[in-house]
Amino acid sequence: MLVEVLFYVFATILIAAALAVIISKNPVHAALFLVLSFVTSAAIWLLIEAEFLAIVLVLVYVGAVMVLFLFVVMMLDIKVEEHRRGFTRYAWLGWITAVAVIVEIVGVVTARRFGVDITRGAAPWPASYSNTQALGSVLYTHYAYPFELAAVVLLVAIVAAIALTTRTRRGLKRQDINRQVNVQSTDRVRLVKSMDAKSP
Amino acid sequence: MLASVSTVWSALPAYAQSTAWIVVITVALIISVALLTLWERKVIGWIQLRRGPNRVRIFGLLPGVGQPFADVVKLLLKEVIIPVRANKVLFVLAPALALIPAFATWAVIPLSPELVVANIDAGLLYVLSLTSVGVYGIILAGWAANSKYAFLGAMRSAAQIVAYEIAMGFALVGVLMVSGSLNLGTIVRTQHGGPLSWNWFWLLPLTVVYFISGLAETNRAPFDVAEGESEIVAGFHVEYSGIAFALFFLAEYANMILISALTSVFFFGGWLSPLDGYLPEGGAAADFLMAPSFFWLGLKIFVFLFLFLWLRATFPRYRYDQIMRLGWKVLIPITLIWIAVEMVMSYNHVGPWAT
Repeated sequence: MLVEVLFYVFATILIAAALAVIISKNPVHAALFLVLSFVTSAAIWLLIEAEFLAIVLVLVYVGAVMVLFLFVVMMLDIKVEEHRRGFTRYAWLGWITAVAVIVEIVGVVTARRFGVDITRGAAPWPASYSNTQALGSVLYTHYAYPFELAAVVLLVAIVAAIALTTRTRRGLKRQDINRQVNVQSTDRVRLVKSMDAKSP
Repeated sequence: MLASVSTVWSALPAYAQSTAWIVVITVALIISVALLTLWERKVIGWIQLRRGPNRVRIFGLLPGVGQPFADVVKLLLKEVIIPVRANKVLFVLAPALALIPAFATWAVIPLSPELVVANIDAGLLYVLSLTSVGVYGIILAGWAANSKYAFLGAMRSAAQIVAYEIAMGFALVGVLMVSGSLNLGTIVRTQHGGPLSWNWFWLLPLTVVYFISGLAETNRAPFDVAEGESEIVAGFHVEYSGIAFALFFLAEYANMILISALTSVFFFGGWLSPLDGYLPEGGAAADFLMAPSFFWLGLKIFVFLFLFLWLRATFPRYRYDQIMRLGWKVLIPITLIWIAVEMVMSYNHVGPWAT
């Protein structure tokens, strides 16, 4: 009973926040509503006892990705009119995406009709069951190669992004940190005897 | 009297007991923050050959003890100014967003062998995710105030916290490899057996990295560029006044206590006693000192808080590019190398894996 009530409360917040993401005019507000919808979906995942996924969603998306996103959005000087111009031109792309997402959601919800029951039912796991441990033992044994392949793909993406964006200008002056740290006072100041320093 | 209280207590349902503990811990934290501000000013005063606050007394106690409470009254009575061009909702929301994670993380910290508010399996992940959410308060405060200085402070702080979180996470991977569990209580229990079997001994580089990252995460000196007075006035909270400013203050000091507690739990045996097995048996005092209890966790937290203050009084502020260099090019490689070293140790059954 309590779980159902919580589910509907979180689901309402999630849908409202998701709507606000696309409706709100201020990009910073939209990003913050996206954060809210991530946090609420994490709460819904907690209700189906997927605590690892829920916490990692908050850790990765709310704690890292959205911080950087917000960071960029805040510095943009967005001119709304410029973006409105492209709105109708790319509307067909938006419609296709929307229809695809709706078809996918309907497919997941009605999966049981086609004889592929992927849901586990409502029976809760015993108290000794650890979601994190179960996920880890599957990921590092059964799916070890796909997992490592995904990691390598991510690494390649990072290297590629850095390679695309670094530019070395000629004649650029760089700091050599080791030289800065190892500098002695004798390198900077030279004491000379003054000409008329005869008397002690 | 005491017996009747304990029977009433055990008759309470579990949720009432946790609620009571949440209230107790929150109030204790707020009082600790008040006393910590006093202790900070006293310690820095002594280091700089001054006396520190020594005028306000309460109940004729030591001079200066009333100072934090007088400060709270002053800040409560001051006007809260909201700048005209500020984003009002976010401006008011930001201090709360900074404060909530600093308090909510205490739910999973094992305070004594019996006492932890929420004994959850993925406790370490919960700690990591909540500490990473704390940055929102700072970013939003800087942006919502609609001020150049505040925005500069927010940007510096966001970049710094994101950078040091990675080193922090990798340092905790090392802890995870030793204990084999994400539950903080289990992490403490796997360190039993005297100070040399605490994690700091085999994970010394990770301990240092974790504490330095903790300093950077809490925006404390020498990493306090987010509010560097000489450069950007007061950084992200330059437009805040009165109690709204006090909430940021509260969040910063609560985070200091939190990082000290986490360092003790992950690397210094949490509530375990350092004297376990070193004192002669018998006698109430020896039994108390050798038993694991909140006393030892509190003492360790106190030592790390002193370290926070000592570092602040000793070191000048880092330059911004040097902070980034330290985070990305020094701390992260150290953690990666030590995780590889741990792999070798665990394969050869050395140290914590020698069973």
